[in-house]
Amino acid sequence: MRVDVQQKVLSENDRLAASLRETLSESGVYCPNFISSPGAGKTMLLERTLEMLPRGTRAAVLTGDIQTDNDAQRLARYGYPVRQITTGGACHLDARMIERALESWKIAELDYLFIENVGNLVCPASYDLGENDKIVILSVTEGEDKPLKYPATFSRAGLVIVNKIDLLPYLNFDVELAKDNIRKIHPGAEIVELSSTDKVGFSGWLTWLDNKRKLSRERHASFASL
Amino acid sequence: MHELGIATSVLDAARQEAAGHPGARVVKVGVRIGEWSGVDPESLRFCFDAIAHMDAIDAPALEIEFMARQNRCSSCGITFALDQFHIECPRCGAEVTEPVSGNELELTFVELEEA
Repeated sequence: MRVDVQQKVLSENDRLAASLRETLSESGVYCPNFISSPGAGKTMLLERTLEMLPRGTRAAVLTGDIQTDNDAQRLARYGYPVRQITTGGACHLDARMIERALESWKIAELDYLFIENVGNLVCPASYDLGENDKIVILSVTEGEDKPLKYPATFSRAGLVIVNKIDLLPYLNFDVELAKDNIRKIHPGAEIVELSSTDKVGFSGWLTWLDNKRKLSRERHASFASL
Repeated sequence: MHELGIATSVLDAARQEAAGHPGARVVKVGVRIGEWSGVDPESLRFCFDAIAHMDAIDAPALEIEFMARQNRCSSCGITFALDQFHIECPRCGAEVTEPVSGNELELTFVELEEA
């Protein structure tokens, strides 16, 4: 006997993610999910971002790694609440881990919930975390063809950050070629170039982020007035 | 890399379906995997076979329907398989076309056998 099912394999994850997304959007929180290969600079980018957020911004961070709480320790220096999710071997975060990590946090009081995924360009693409955008970081010490090698991740990116551009004088990295490759996979992708070390390009990134925060706020306000 | 977790989800969902038919056992499970789903079909099969055999002697078989990445051109209306990453319409040359398949990660059917 054959029973037709027609459901997503990760329907349980997707159901949890949808409920998280609803909670976040009802609260007017902007939630980006940072994805990159290991070493592309996710933690450093978040450190500089937290450091440069306008005074009075309400932010919290969830950071995922297979082992250690090193990243949480680095991020906690900036005064915002940080929680480490140690996946214990899993190569990605899933919606259940986010739900558990958020317990006891007052989401409604936040402007931003930053999620730093496990360093990996493959698996995180499959798991919806309830985020507003996946932000994919490509550093210039990698190959320009990374977007072509990992299309699933780059095709889902709400923003691609080309990071470590302070190193360009020492490398043969062709930024235009990398951007062409991103657009082949994801036409119309938004791309920001920056360096977390010397903060070149940071004003563009912070403006982008602030616009997203305002949009989340406005959506929240229109919810509230219904 | 995460195919083991995906395989576990597939098997769990199939057994949940079987639970609605007392006495029946799962003999085959069908999944649809897109080229850009981030899941490797062969690796998924390997993981599925490994975990299915762990707790059953007659482990269910896995049938994989692979979906190539296809785009649709909204200007001239054709649907075409992507040659590498060229998303331009091969007929009318439109530069922007929309994906219609290739992102699937779905459970399609469960085949049950009454005991």
